[in-house]
Amino acid sequence: MSRLDVNKTYKLFIGGAFPRSESGRVYEVKGANKKFIANPSLASRKDLRDAVVAAKSAHSGWANATAFNRGQILYRIAEIMEGRSEQFIDEICELEGVTSKAAKIQIEEAIDTWVWYSGWCDKLSSVTGSLNQVSGPFYNFTSPEALGVVAIFAENKPSLLGVVRTLAPVIAGGNAAVLIASESYPLSAITLSEVIATSDMPAGVVNILTGKSSELAPWVGAHMEIDGVDVAGLSKKQEEELRLVGADNLKRVFRFSSINHPDRITSFMELKTVWHPIGI
Amino acid sequence: MSGFEYANAPESKAIANIDNSYGLFIGGKFVNPKKGKSFNTINPATEEILSKIGYADRLDVDLAVKSARTAFTKIWSKMPAKERGKYLYRIARIMQERAREFAVVETLDNGKPIRESRDTDIPLAAAHFFYHAGWADKLDYVGLGNKPKPVGVVGQIIPWNFPLLMLAWKIAPALAAGNTVVLKPAETTPLTALLFAQVCQQAGLPDGVVNIITGDGVTGAALVNHPDINKIAFTGSTEVGKAIARSISATKKSATLELGGKAANLVFDDAAIDEAVEGIVNGIFFNQGHVCCAGSRLLLQENIADEVLEKLKKRMSLIRVGDPMDKNTDLGAINSAEQLKRIQEISNTGDAQGANRWSPECKLPSKGFWYPPTIFTGVSQSHRIAREEIFGPVLSVLTFRTPAEGIEKANNTMYGLSAGIWSDKGSKVLWAAKQLKAGVIWSNTFNKFDPASPFGGYKESGWGREGGRHGLAGYLTSDVKASK
Repeated sequence: MSRLDVNKTYKLFIGGAFPRSESGRVYEVKGANKKFIANPSLASRKDLRDAVVAAKSAHSGWANATAFNRGQILYRIAEIMEGRSEQFIDEICELEGVTSKAAKIQIEEAIDTWVWYSGWCDKLSSVTGSLNQVSGPFYNFTSPEALGVVAIFAENKPSLLGVVRTLAPVIAGGNAAVLIASESYPLSAITLSEVIATSDMPAGVVNILTGKSSELAPWVGAHMEIDGVDVAGLSKKQEEELRLVGADNLKRVFRFSSINHPDRITSFMELKTVWHPIGI
Repeated sequence: MSGFEYANAPESKAIANIDNSYGLFIGGKFVNPKKGKSFNTINPATEEILSKIGYADRLDVDLAVKSARTAFTKIWSKMPAKERGKYLYRIARIMQERAREFAVVETLDNGKPIRESRDTDIPLAAAHFFYHAGWADKLDYVGLGNKPKPVGVVGQIIPWNFPLLMLAWKIAPALAAGNTVVLKPAETTPLTALLFAQVCQQAGLPDGVVNIITGDGVTGAALVNHPDINKIAFTGSTEVGKAIARSISATKKSATLELGGKAANLVFDDAAIDEAVEGIVNGIFFNQGHVCCAGSRLLLQENIADEVLEKLKKRMSLIRVGDPMDKNTDLGAINSAEQLKRIQEISNTGDAQGANRWSPECKLPSKGFWYPPTIFTGVSQSHRIAREEIFGPVLSVLTFRTPAEGIEKANNTMYGLSAGIWSDKGSKVLWAAKQLKAGVIWSNTFNKFDPASPFGGYKESGWGREGGRHGLAGYLTSDVKASK
């Protein structure tokens, strides 16, 4: 008789730990072949709040780390992912029902995306900041700064790349993130959290929840400590509802085209302009 | 007070040719509102009626948007960029030629001292057009990839505190980027915008590129909700800014919002005290404190608080309050009876909540709307005067012991527009600048503005920037840019 597989319990990722939902709720995820794969957590409003608390407390340390250091940690994620490729490929094949060749292309692109954003960390103010030529004896410069806590609704598919291309730019800019995985395709996001947990990333910078976007979106919109939202995985209708409640604290809400671009980073950054007189 | 007294030095009203009434500026012409409604604009220093202003309702807004759309599709977006730029240069030049007239009209309609409209508002407004004129044919270098496109028709709503300057902040970048605009000036200060409409005529600007509609909040709401507007640019209160964000939440419209503030002005114990006192006065009493980025929360390091306050009170006793048309006046009239009421209401909570009020002795004119320069000491962070934007010449003074405590108090607000730092130690200035959550940091200076310098806030002080390359980008779209 062949050996029985030891299946993984898929849990949330909050403040560097892997808790189950405080609500005790789970939901069933099936593969492309309609067979049962896992019972990931169905995150509650309390889980979301806990994730935001973790993100908020991790934010300033991460934002004030040197950009070089942030870049190295993003690169480290790419390194660890490379070693875990097989696991990601298996999960993608099982869940999305694609060929292993297609899954391999997806993970390679995801790894390269980490590397690409890793390199952006210490170039942002050179490229997007400015030294402003004001009419007077003043030194005046503008540079980008992290926004704070950013929530991300990951796309359904591609299930791994969709997570990476939304998450990497948000944290590259020094934000802390609360990522809500795709309801139907959450496995890659959870496995990615295990990668992040072993990549020298400070606890709480990345938090990952699984559950229903439709349930979580209004809570994300109304949460006053969430500063920005990438609505990639939300429907147009859900996006509009989130914008409406998000106006209460003037959340910065964006939807991006699929390409990687520094605009994905700087959209979740503020610009600070500093004046100082020149004279003796 | 001993010493020499100032003689009166009044600016002449003769240069201001204010018509008895104004229509709406739509499609390059002044037209009467469809329903023939109007309202008066007054001089807040005397309560005299200056002119009768057309009131735009939904039908007029629709005409203005149509006119802007036609101008956008048929003319402005097709015109070679360098020609577009040359129109802006022309406008800048005409504004400079007519600067004195603009300054007088601004002071009459707004109540601000002629010294400020003459030396700050009008030259800066012209500079904004001159600066952005040069961008018109260089949009490929803004940083949004090649060939970024204009957004389309922009609805712009501006406040009464810097009427012409806010118009320039809005119209100059919009036009340089190839958009056309419908602008609504504030209800109490429409005159310089209407004078600007005449400048557009003199410059030969194609009809419909700039449309100016006068009215109140209802007019503004009609503009925001018009289906053929592509973008809203608004400067005003956070409350209205949030309402606009809600109104456009289910549309494709984007927005730039320049909203309220409650700026901290931090004075560290190693600051040059005399300079800091000048900066504090400029920070809160410039333009009667009708400034969204005013340094309205003074944070003094505890060991120098007494010395600073003593010098500040002495300096405040020299502030000349009165006739805005007098070239020696420092503090002019409050813009409207409504605003005066608001200043009184919030300031009175300072007394009620236990803060200590102080104003220098000063005689206020019997007519018009006036409020003396005022400071409150013994203010705690939970007081309304420490949290809410008063938008008047009222300063709340708090203290801190350590730099870290100063920063924490400075950041303890829903706003994040501006902040000030006073210290003679370079490393401390840069440390504080990094810690402060605000879009504009003035270190060892305050209330400086420039067309090349991006302006705008963190948190609930708004969305986006105005001025500089970053402000211009808000009026462009490209393949790579996020939606909204």
